[in-house]
Amino acid sequence: MNLDDALALLDGARAEAEAAVAAAADVDALDVVERKWLGKNSPATAVNEAIKTFSADDRPRAGQAVGAYRSAVGEAAGARREALTAAAAATRGPGIDLTLGGHARPRGHLHLVTQIRRELEDIFIGLGYRVAEGPEVEDDWHNFEALNIPPAHPARSMQDTIYVDLGAAEQMMLRTHTSPVQIRTMESQEPPIYVVAPGRTYRNETLDARHSPAFHQMECLAVDRGLTMADLFGTIEAFARRLFDDESVRTRFRSDFFPYTEPSAELAVSCVFCGGDGCRVCSHTGWIELGGCGMVDPQVLAGVGIDPEEWQGFAFGFGLERIAMIRYGINEIRTFFDNDVRFLEQY
Amino acid sequence: MRAPLSWIRDFTPVDAPVDAIVHALNQLGLEVDAVEEPGREVLGVRVARILDVVAHPNADKLRLADVDFGGGQTRVVCGAPNIEPGMVVPFAPSGATLPGGFTLERRTIRGEVSDGMLCSAKELGLGDDHAGILALDPGAELGDDVRAVLGLDDVIFDLAITPNRPDAMCIVGVARELAAHFGLPLTVPEPEVDRDPAVTTAVPVAIEAPDRCPRYLAWTAEVAMGPAPAWMQQRLVKAGVRAISNVVDVTNYVLLEHNQPLHAFDLDRLAGPGIVVRLAADGERITTLDGVERPLDPSDLLICDGDRAPQALAGIMGGGDSEVDDATTRILLEAAYFERMGIARTSKRLKLRSESSARFERGIDPDGVARAAARAMELLAGVATARPSTATVDAYPRPAERARIRLRTSKVNGVLGTDLTDAEVIDALAPLGIDVQGSGEAIEAVAPTFRPDLEREIDLVEEVARRVGFDAIGRTVPKPEHQVGGLSHRQHDRRAVADALVGLGLAEAVAIPLIAPEAAARFSAVAPVQVANPLRAEESVLRPTLLTGLVAAAAHNAARGQSDVALFELGRIFRRPVVEGALPDEREAVAGVLAGMVRRAPIEPDRAVDAYDAVDAIDAVVRALGVADVRIESASAPGFDPGASAHVVVGGEVVGVVGALDPAALAAAGVAGPAVAFELDLDGLDAAPRVDRQFRVLSSYPPSTIDLAFVVDDSVHAAAVVRTLRAAAGDLLEDVRCFDEFRSSQLGPGRRSLAFALRFRAPDRTLTDADVADARTACIHAVEAAHGGALRG
Ligand SMILES: [Zn+2]
Repeated sequence: MNLDDALALLDGARAEAEAAVAAAADVDALDVVERKWLGKNSPATAVNEAIKTFSADDRPRAGQAVGAYRSAVGEAAGARREALTAAAAATRGPGIDLTLGGHARPRGHLHLVTQIRRELEDIFIGLGYRVAEGPEVEDDWHNFEALNIPPAHPARSMQDTIYVDLGAAEQMMLRTHTSPVQIRTMESQEPPIYVVAPGRTYRNETLDARHSPAFHQMECLAVDRGLTMADLFGTIEAFARRLFDDESVRTRFRSDFFPYTEPSAELAVSCVFCGGDGCRVCSHTGWIELGGCGMVDPQVLAGVGIDPEEWQGFAFGFGLERIAMIRYGINEIRTFFDNDVRFLEQY
Repeated sequence: MRAPLSWIRDFTPVDAPVDAIVHALNQLGLEVDAVEEPGREVLGVRVARILDVVAHPNADKLRLADVDFGGGQTRVVCGAPNIEPGMVVPFAPSGATLPGGFTLERRTIRGEVSDGMLCSAKELGLGDDHAGILALDPGAELGDDVRAVLGLDDVIFDLAITPNRPDAMCIVGVARELAAHFGLPLTVPEPEVDRDPAVTTAVPVAIEAPDRCPRYLAWTAEVAMGPAPAWMQQRLVKAGVRAISNVVDVTNYVLLEHNQPLHAFDLDRLAGPGIVVRLAADGERITTLDGVERPLDPSDLLICDGDRAPQALAGIMGGGDSEVDDATTRILLEAAYFERMGIARTSKRLKLRSESSARFERGIDPDGVARAAARAMELLAGVATARPSTATVDAYPRPAERARIRLRTSKVNGVLGTDLTDAEVIDALAPLGIDVQGSGEAIEAVAPTFRPDLEREIDLVEEVARRVGFDAIGRTVPKPEHQVGGLSHRQHDRRAVADALVGLGLAEAVAIPLIAPEAAARFSAVAPVQVANPLRAEESVLRPTLLTGLVAAAAHNAARGQSDVALFELGRIFRRPVVEGALPDEREAVAGVLAGMVRRAPIEPDRAVDAYDAVDAIDAVVRALGVADVRIESASAPGFDPGASAHVVVGGEVVGVVGALDPAALAAAGVAGPAVAFELDLDGLDAAPRVDRQFRVLSSYPPSTIDLAFVVDDSVHAAAVVRTLRAAAGDLLEDVRCFDEFRSSQLGPGRRSLAFALRFRAPDRTLTDADVADARTACIHAVEAAHGGALRG
């Protein structure tokens, strides 16, 4: 092959290659065309091989011709590939439907009472309290006697007690309040004491819309030197403001009676739903009654071996379901215990 | 109690607005449940006389009453049983308005035209008495507005009195509190009794149980029975008490006014005549005024006549034999003080409560007995032309002593967080009838006998707080200095377990721990703790397992078309105590029930729940707690399918159960579909060793993996093979898991192939083929030796 042969070969090949590129129907066909006209056995390779035999004068021209051939065919192939890819993309289906919703792994839920309980525990933990617990079946001492409620005391008839059939008659009962945990804490721990006691409590009632034989309370107990009723009221107010996440919440206290605290008070908070103007939640009073509170009766302290002249205490308690009912507008207590998944999954 | 403002004003000239009075009562602890102003809403209701009563032609329970309302006559339909000709009643003609804004119209009832209605006390807004039409004073002028006749232009405070305040259960007591609050005088006049020199009957009183009856006053009088005058009936009705007869009404009036229960016996029906106060004999019985014969106990106190025959259950209810009636001409008035606990015990045992017993058990004023008796005689003279005897027998051997209490101003301020002066403390207490002397650290307070709740310094601190008001106390927040807040390990664990199950997709349930015995027996083999006083059988034992509540919840949901559930509960379970007389063995457990289908469509196929879903939950709990070495060992358990259940074992102790629930037990509980469950004893898990959390350096060399399949008998558990492989594979083993279970006819019945993937890695080098080959050989030999498992080609 001489220079002229080479130039003629490349000219012819270029026309043929360009026609083949244009004729390639898809990317796979184009791959074959490219291998043939630009690969190891292409005319460009043959010319390159032959160039060594050419005279020094002819070699540059031959090299230029090979370069021109490669770039022309390569460009044509590149353009064709782009066109084919775009066409293929245009004709492909719509991909997968991600709106089908995943593998449908269900989300679990904590019971609303647990959520409220944790929230309240965490508020008191923030105030420096520990969480205390006690048994749900109690003895007479812890549930009544140590709390200043001797047998035949009128306060016993305030509580419809469920007794269990163990030991002597009416000596063991399902606790009627979380207050026995106060006693157990003071029996087992030296003051100062700052605890909250959440837990289940019982009343001898049949489950219906407004009554339940079991429900949940939380009680707060602090015993320290120099604690006052102002400390009690201030702690309740701080707690209530966190609970309702509203620094404008006010607290109201009215004289009341509990055998184990003195002075005792009923505690209410200003209604966060109407700002105190009156609405359905607060029965148009502007106030929501939450529970009871008071200074720990000196006789209760003395009964567990704490000197009431050295130490003073305060306590307050409230119902967890009641707080949930207020916050979410739940109107029947049995909703908490039916365990309907529609309720459980709402929270 | 119901306290009409007009009655309160007999004793103190309170003229504050109603809201100010309500606010004061609430602050003082006499909680106002309701304020009634019946006169505001009762419009156009008139006095009428019933002329005739005839049967309703179309209704058995209704009658037709012809009434004369002064300005004319008309006919009304009435359903009350107590109407009769001659009775004077409140008549609401069409156009009249009753409480609640209800305006009457002429209407036809079962074919008979009714031109208005006759009213009960409740319909006029006077308490709850709805048993019959209110009988008015027969002397009332027909056509008059009942507001005037009944004194309805009044304000009635319905008060909830706490059990520590018996003194506030009467009008004088409420007046005393209001007088103190508003700085007004309290005037309780001494009763004036004109004893008739011609009436000298003195009845001897023998108190055989002086501890139970510290005071007994007996006073006779000659009386003329009849109705009480309108003004007295009005007050009783407004206070929620029915008028009966002048004598009985006076005893009720004094009870309401002075908190002293009184009883009037017909003197001529008392043998002797005499009074013996004694304890009941074993087997003795008494028929009380309500007509019920009651068996007595030797701890019950009786008021007996001279023949020792029971005439009253002391302090609780009179007997029928000596009740006053129209024929009575002479009465014996009893005014006594009975010991509190004794009354409370008898009242509770007989389930018999009365206005009297409620007061005696809270504690009345022992020193007020004579004054109350005199007040009754004063009233009886006016309303029953009574002629009181010159002789009053007052057995009061040991007069009550007033409590003397030392009070420190520093203590008041120390408890309340206030800055009150001596004078402010004394001024707070004196208007309550407390005599106060001294100052500073040595105030001496003498409590009145009508305040049994005042015995100690703290009781007076509370009085000061009530008087100055809680608004006078500041707000401070104490900060514990000896500890930081936080949860215990156990409390953290509990949250971790619940969170793990929530992460697995389970919803937390909370069930009532009181269940039916048969439900307990379905899922537990232990005898449950019984409730001694259950209201119904469905709530008569304490749950020995959480499964009952979860299965019941599944049934509740299935009945509402929600049969696919995944629920767990974390709570207490109860077993009988190990030691007699101890509290029950109360443990904390976590359990779950999954029922119905696991819905994954359309991405994966839906499938029924299976026991492995429950095993996943066990795994989630165990990993949340980091418990080391938990084993699942095939075993049967109550309520579980014996072919698909297992124990969860930690350190040789069974701490739980897992598997498919027995279809029969499910059906009995109302669950149709398949359901699986688990239950774990958290107390047991809590004691188990935890995995070592010491950090191990992560190797940067590549792992080497081999798969081994063994043919083993069905009796060989996959977990046992895994343990064997772990032990045999050496230190280089990083992980092993079973990835295939396979049966075929070639393997033969009772045999299966289990395939395991083992991953090896060295901390310091790339493993050689020889390393892995050695381990592989060791594993094959170990499985063969331990389980007879042959390597499958
Ligand atoms: Zn409101």
